[in-house]
Amino acid sequence: MTEARDSIFASIRRSLAVKGDERIRAGIVEDRLDRAPKGIIPTRAQVDHGEKLELLLKKLEGVQATFARLENAAKIPAAVADYLRSNNLPATIRKGDDPRLAGLPWSETALEVSDGRSDGHDLNAISHAEAAIAETGTLVLTSGHENPTTLNFLPDNHIVVLNASDLVGDLEAIWPRLRKKFGKGEMPRTVNCITGASRSGDIEQTILLGAHGPRRLHVLVVEG
Amino acid sequence: MSAHPTSRQFKDNASRAIADKQLTGNLKAVRQNFIDKRLKAVKELPEFEVLRESAKEIKNHTLAHLDLYLEKYEAKVRESGGHVHFARDAAEARQIALDICRKVGAKTVTKGKSMITEEVGLNAYLEANGIVPVETDLGEYIIQLRGEAPSHIIAPAVHLNKNQIESDFRRVHTHLDPARDLTEKTSLLTEARAVLRERFLAADVGITGANFLIAETGTSIIVTNEGNGDLTQILPKVHVVMASIEKMVPTLEDVSQILRLLARSATGQEMSCYTTFSTGPRRPGDVDGPEEYHVIILDNGRSAMLGGEFQDMLRCIRCAACMNHCPVYHQIGGHAYGWIYPGPMGSVLTPSLIGVDEAGHLPNASTFCGRCESVCPMKIPLPKMMRHWREREFERNLNPAVARYGLGFWAFFAKRPKLYAFSTRLAMKAMKLLGRSKGSFSMLLGVGAWTKYRDFAVPEGETFQAKWKRERGGK
Repeated sequence: MTEARDSIFASIRRSLAVKGDERIRAGIVEDRLDRAPKGIIPTRAQVDHGEKLELLLKKLEGVQATFARLENAAKIPAAVADYLRSNNLPATIRKGDDPRLAGLPWSETALEVSDGRSDGHDLNAISHAEAAIAETGTLVLTSGHENPTTLNFLPDNHIVVLNASDLVGDLEAIWPRLRKKFGKGEMPRTVNCITGASRSGDIEQTILLGAHGPRRLHVLVVEG
Repeated sequence: MSAHPTSRQFKDNASRAIADKQLTGNLKAVRQNFIDKRLKAVKELPEFEVLRESAKEIKNHTLAHLDLYLEKYEAKVRESGGHVHFARDAAEARQIALDICRKVGAKTVTKGKSMITEEVGLNAYLEANGIVPVETDLGEYIIQLRGEAPSHIIAPAVHLNKNQIESDFRRVHTHLDPARDLTEKTSLLTEARAVLRERFLAADVGITGANFLIAETGTSIIVTNEGNGDLTQILPKVHVVMASIEKMVPTLEDVSQILRLLARSATGQEMSCYTTFSTGPRRPGDVDGPEEYHVIILDNGRSAMLGGEFQDMLRCIRCAACMNHCPVYHQIGGHAYGWIYPGPMGSVLTPSLIGVDEAGHLPNASTFCGRCESVCPMKIPLPKMMRHWREREFERNLNPAVARYGLGFWAFFAKRPKLYAFSTRLAMKAMKLLGRSKGSFSMLLGVGAWTKYRDFAVPEGETFQAKWKRERGGK
């Protein structure tokens, strides 16, 4: 084990003609990890908040996701009930214990709400996004008991709540947010960047939705 | 020893592939779909070209400091509670994976799509040791049912049509109603989803590859559309990542640059559906996720490519744009190449990994049209590297005698300009005279293999050099 490790490092260093203890090289690497310089950022999402939101919604449509815009979080339960009803889906919903979802007026709807991870038998689930990226219509979700990762993949229908204030322009804008929340060089166990519902093109190159993950992705954008 | 290659029989493989009408019919989809979709995505991102340059620099920088970034990465994975294992070759990688499975008494293992585990022949090894590996990417699942290798690095079953897939499902899924209707593609997908869902929930270990490893955070990344990779890594008790040393990138910002190129170059998407960043095992308070997280880092010949003429190949991000645009791949598909990496990237990488004796034919499977290099998001000079391999093959006398003597004969004249000019002038005049009435030759002495498939136009009687001299007046 250490023999394999040592021999791989020795081989890399032999090929690169370095010893591995050169101060300059170590300095370059430290500096890059420390500064994490940004590269080229596409201009398409370098716009004001209103245009970012428009871009996000356009991109969501482009990946066959649906959305609804809500004035405030209190409207989430009714919006979930509407969505399930209009798609002829059972009035059940699974969620984690995210406080942003827990304190909502679920009892005002006929929804049967349950909490916790999915064991593979839930049809519908709701998660709260950490952020979203306008550039590509991507939702960013982080793991934990508040929003268990299994809810992102096992249920047939996935509803994701996004606070419009958590919308960023480009992918790179996500990282400073995570560093601030989890610490520099630290990450939550899982960060899921989700762009549309599950799909496969493996049968004659025809794109079909609902391969192994959710068949439908619905986004509730809370603007208030 | 890795997955067993048949690259020595490349010529026979290719002839058989071209004669296979079903295969060549199925391959038409590659030409139509991948090329158009990529082009559309590239056109919609004005920064695409500068991003290619940015990504190339990131990878070059990483490779030049690979030992140091690997050390940083390793330390970060351990800090987050994960395990890092190093494997010099395929045998070591397989053994480490088996040991992890055995330690937890694994009976079945689900697998996300991974070219590295194909490279080391992991499935056969696990099976031989009593553990059932289940491929969960739809394309990989289909070829596993057929006992085949992938014919494309991102669309493993691209050589098959839906009727072939239907008959495989009927052959294997015998627990289902034989009278069920599978004529629609969606019914095939739904059936695979249901069958594999049970396997996901029952698996003891999940094994994935990694598109990238991030030194800054000790994170592995998988990029998928189906969500199978995610179900593979979040449901079982143990998640094993197998990745080769060159998957390293320094920071989250760096990987963001390359991610913009990957999906666009591969499927023409702006982002694949699921780009997942995994760091260590389940945290305190987590209600799901794996209890153990292992990374097996594989060398298998790559460290020897650093610092040499094939280092650029280590920038490859396995998007498959090169094969999607390759006229040779379009004709013969992936299996003819005889190992797991087909197309231009395979023609360069395979000889590096399994040796030029085994794979020396592959760098000849090119028309040098240059499309592979022009679409490569990482700007890898694929034709140039194929030429390096051809030179090595020639130096080592691995070419057939006819090609060697032919080139030797040509070299004799090429080194003697006056003799060369005299003999070509003579030959062109003679051929003009001989072919005067026909306009073209359907057969030429000594190059029968060439004229077998095409006619040779009758020369106009003057050599290029003579014409150049006449028109430019020796200037």
